[in-house]
Amino acid sequence: MVNIAMGSVHIPLHAIFDILSGAEHVKAAWSYIIIDYRIPKAIAALMTGSGLAVAGLMMQTLFKNPLAGPFVLGISSGASLGVAFLILGGSTLGISAVFLVNGWGTIIAASLGSFTVLSIVILVASRVRDAMALLIIGLMFGSLTSAVVSILTYFSPAEELQRYMFWSFGSLGDISWEALGILSLCYTTGILLAFSITKNLNSLLLGDAYAQSLGVALQRSRFIILISTSILAGSLTAFVGPIAFVGLAVPHLIRQWFTASNHWTLLPACIMGGALLMLFCDILSQMPGLPVTLPINAITSLIGAPIVIWLLVRKKKLLF
Amino acid sequence: MEHPHSQRLLSCIDLAAGYRGKEDISVVEHVNLDLKKGSFVTMVGINGSGKSTLLRTLAGLQEKLNGDVLLEGKSLSKIDPEAKSLKLSVVLTGQLISKNLTVLELVTLGRQPYTNWLGQLTEEDKTQINAALSATELQAFKNTACYALSDGQLQRALIARALAQNTSVILLDEPTTHLDLHHKASIFSLLKKIANEQHKTVLCTTHDIELVLSLCDEMIVLHNKKALQDTPQALIESGIFDSLFPGDHIHFDQRSRRFLIR
Repeated sequence: MVNIAMGSVHIPLHAIFDILSGAEHVKAAWSYIIIDYRIPKAIAALMTGSGLAVAGLMMQTLFKNPLAGPFVLGISSGASLGVAFLILGGSTLGISAVFLVNGWGTIIAASLGSFTVLSIVILVASRVRDAMALLIIGLMFGSLTSAVVSILTYFSPAEELQRYMFWSFGSLGDISWEALGILSLCYTTGILLAFSITKNLNSLLLGDAYAQSLGVALQRSRFIILISTSILAGSLTAFVGPIAFVGLAVPHLIRQWFTASNHWTLLPACIMGGALLMLFCDILSQMPGLPVTLPINAITSLIGAPIVIWLLVRKKKLLF
Repeated sequence: MEHPHSQRLLSCIDLAAGYRGKEDISVVEHVNLDLKKGSFVTMVGINGSGKSTLLRTLAGLQEKLNGDVLLEGKSLSKIDPEAKSLKLSVVLTGQLISKNLTVLELVTLGRQPYTNWLGQLTEEDKTQINAALSATELQAFKNTACYALSDGQLQRALIARALAQNTSVILLDEPTTHLDLHHKASIFSLLKKIANEQHKTVLCTTHDIELVLSLCDEMIVLHNKKALQDTPQALIESGIFDSLFPGDHIHFDQRSRRFLIR
């Protein structure tokens, strides 16, 4: 509610209640801002925060590495590559700018990019048995794609470069109800898959060999985790841009606060925690009282990083 | 009288264990073992003789190179992971991935094969968990996180997890490394008790040959890529322990059942 109330256009709180309850006497412009801009944005923030946190949690458990996040598999770099090709390479390759006008082009390009990179990584994953090797392969793909993006940016005119930069800042704002529908479908699928594999995630806490001895079909579980993560992180990145930090840090914050390892606790806690953190960051990014909106990507890191550092310094130990 | 074959829980026929590659490298070959119900069996051999490899192959955690492993007379490779987890549990070397788990959480994970997809615990599960904690004398530590345990306590917690899994076969890889003599002895007598009283088959690899000679029911000696299974007494009489270690430094004294350094 606070989130909805904040924005560059000041709308009194009682007016918001009127709009939400369907009263007729409020200003049409206000009503438009609330219904078509701020509410979708709040929902997008909730889904982004929780989805990325869950993806991060699964990756950290799968790779047994507290540094893993939803983007280690090259998801964000894949999306960046797709968008970079569209925006930066667009003029060179002669793709029409029609796509760009309605914003769908970016989304499609980002989805295509992230899913292409991910399917390559998953293909490789079926051949590599070692989770650490997979982690490194993901990172390598990340470097590879960012190298291609650098080359593209080097040859691009300033105007296109700026547009690309704006996308990479991340934005929760430009989401229509239509897009929100597609996003929530992906989100629900990803979250349901995550819950379906929760018991196996607990077994994986003991390591692959123990998990196997506890009846976990290792290859299949790994595959489901990867699919769930890629659906969550891939679709979210496509719609709101690469949001740094949330996926990596929220699972840590939750683990430190709850001192729990059981994924039946961690998973719902990450959903709540991620959603709350994202809403909070979104409020801050709107700079209450100021007519500007800061890039959400910068805010998440600015807020989150000190919290994690403070927690680690205070507890002196990274529990995993 | 039970049929003799029903006593066999875990056996292997002409098994070769090792590592797959361009050319398979076998560590042990032509292994024929037969582990009976209720017996405490130890596996000994020098470093690199293939104890861990053979144990992991017997547990189905590593692909066999040749031959077959039979669990209750059925080929291990044909049993699906969930059914296998009800019959065979392991205690492995190496650090736990998540030492943030409490002892209770760790032991509870042993019940995973029995719980539904939500992992809910039934009364039976709780009884088994409590029994496992009591058998390993860990009731007082059940809310302690694993990183705060001593090596001996952690080893007991891992054994408790395997006990909670309530399988007829438990395979342990060097459960007494890094422990002092007192804790070594207490782990071995615990394992013997589990095998003999709960009628489980317990197989563990170890370097503490002198210690287990008087405790275990049977021994498997790995030597020159072969595996010999017999009672400790018969193995002592066969003189295998004299040739077990390469070089002339160590000699086995049959009367005192001790290794002596020349």
